[in-house]
Amino acid sequence: MRPLTPRRVAWICAALGVVLFVATVISLRMGAYPISITDIVKTLFSGAIGRWNDIPGEYRSIVFTIRLPRILLGILVGASLSTAGSGFQALLRNPLADPYVLGVSSGAALGAIISLIVAPHTPGAIQLAAFAGAAATTAAVYFLGRRGGQLDSGTLLLAGIVAASFLSAIIMFLMTTLSGRDLRGMAFWLMGDLGSTLPSNPLPWFEGLFLVFVLAAGAIYATSSDLNLILTGEQEARHLGVNVHRVKLVVYIAASVLTGLAVSVSGTIGYVGLLVPHLMRMMFGTDYRLLIPTSAIGGAILVVLADTLARTIVSPTELPVGAMTALAGAPVFIYLMRRRVR
Amino acid sequence: MNTVAGRGAASASPAIMSPGTSGVRLKVEQASYAYAATDRSAPKFTLGPTSFEAQQREIVAILGPNASGKSTLLTLLAGMARPLSGRIEVDGVEVSMLDTRTRAQRIALVQQESELLFPLRVWEYVLQGRYPYGKRLRFESEEDCLLAGNALAQVGADALRDRWMDQLSGGEKQRVILARALAQQPSLLLLDEPTQHLDIGGKVELLRRLRRLADENRYTVLVVTHELNLAAEFCDRIVLLHKGKCLRVGTPAEVYDRALLEEVFEAPLEVEMRANGRPRVILGGNH
Repeated sequence: MRPLTPRRVAWICAALGVVLFVATVISLRMGAYPISITDIVKTLFSGAIGRWNDIPGEYRSIVFTIRLPRILLGILVGASLSTAGSGFQALLRNPLADPYVLGVSSGAALGAIISLIVAPHTPGAIQLAAFAGAAATTAAVYFLGRRGGQLDSGTLLLAGIVAASFLSAIIMFLMTTLSGRDLRGMAFWLMGDLGSTLPSNPLPWFEGLFLVFVLAAGAIYATSSDLNLILTGEQEARHLGVNVHRVKLVVYIAASVLTGLAVSVSGTIGYVGLLVPHLMRMMFGTDYRLLIPTSAIGGAILVVLADTLARTIVSPTELPVGAMTALAGAPVFIYLMRRRVR
Repeated sequence: MNTVAGRGAASASPAIMSPGTSGVRLKVEQASYAYAATDRSAPKFTLGPTSFEAQQREIVAILGPNASGKSTLLTLLAGMARPLSGRIEVDGVEVSMLDTRTRAQRIALVQQESELLFPLRVWEYVLQGRYPYGKRLRFESEEDCLLAGNALAQVGADALRDRWMDQLSGGEKQRVILARALAQQPSLLLLDEPTQHLDIGGKVELLRRLRRLADENRYTVLVVTHELNLAAEFCDRIVLLHKGKCLRVGTPAEVYDRALLEEVFEAPLEVEMRANGRPRVILGGNH
């Protein structure tokens, strides 16, 4: 009997944090302007302790203005999607659930496309509209997914699927009204893209996103021991003293916020929220007290690496990062699925 | 013998219905319930006023054919629904007044295991029984592990602790589910048709184990079952339900009346009294 301890959680997360740091350094190195690993580590260290004058001007610009903000965005998006995915899998008691299964991403996409039509070229409009669309869909699916005044996993799933297909139909219709450039932008956005959303001064923007992430992911983490029991059966969880209704509501709202956050800044990056929780389960077990933080870090690693490939593999052309995660994710997921069936 | 239907608790026999008797663990007083599809529609099923008591170390069987109200009564006893009228007390406290965690510390319910979404080892499953005692993220303490280990040992499943739940046989799984309930350290143990998927050897073994647990741990055990003969052999009290009514409460010898059982189970039955004073039911000749 080897129960999970906070120390074990901390050690595993620290180890994954090292992997994330290595992935970040690799990503910082890759690009049109070559910088050695040593120079990257020196630049990061000097930046971290505030000795900006020790950093050559071009390195400062490339590392801190161009590459690092994009990597930080990837970390935030990957962590949000994976945390939301693990939350939805428990909430819906369905291993195939991902952050997009309840239509939140379709709502965000509809918001984004409406903003492209109504207020094209307005800075930040797409992100705001996408988040509003995600929030509206979350609310609508919540009311449709209730049964007897409480969230019912089966009804919620059906409501989400129906909402997603309905919204997708509207999106397809509206896309026919977009001009060529906007259409390409929208197609990129729908595939997931980290390159086009960063504002010129991203620091306050990141602070806001990070705060939302910490609050929403923290809310899900606080329910992790309850989710462990809900996974063995809602009725059994109730008997063991879990307030199932409250836990489901918290997870639904927090996971939807994380999904809305990720989709509004990066579009719909597929497979991260589905695949990473399963990979982490295979590596570290099914306990949500460990699964949620490891999924968050694992999702960050995956998106950072996928985005590095997306912007370098056919350089100078960039691929949407969602295409990379899908290319890598689909075969891995099929492998996992067949392994599970056996 | 106590025929409760239509008369209620006031007419109960002194032997089993005396409030304040020391050792009374569970007291059900005129508890009733009704299911309806919506708040405004007529009830689809009604459990009439039901009254009985159970002491420490007693095993009580809730018997009755399908749709007699056994599961409804169990739901009320587990505190998962509030009686429409009457009250249910465990150790002198009304069950519906207990908060969820305190209730889980006093009452454990053993049901058929739901299908696990992700694989779980036996020890992880049994440790879940310690959830009602945890704090914050409920990382388990050494004491929790000790108690979970003891619970596994008490059901003879010590050797299974590192096995995966989905690789256990029906009997092994039943023991592990029981161990999780024991890890809750309850005073009242409720079991919903625990013998359903067991062969006859497994059924007898389970009932013997429950008898031993009730004696050694001073549990009060309530078993919902269809097994008339096992209930007669191992249980101290029988609560007989039929079409939502509590027909009779008493010892097996008091409740196992041929005419009554034939009426309730709609089958030709014969009741023999064995040398140990416990009845045995056999299928009658005209079937």
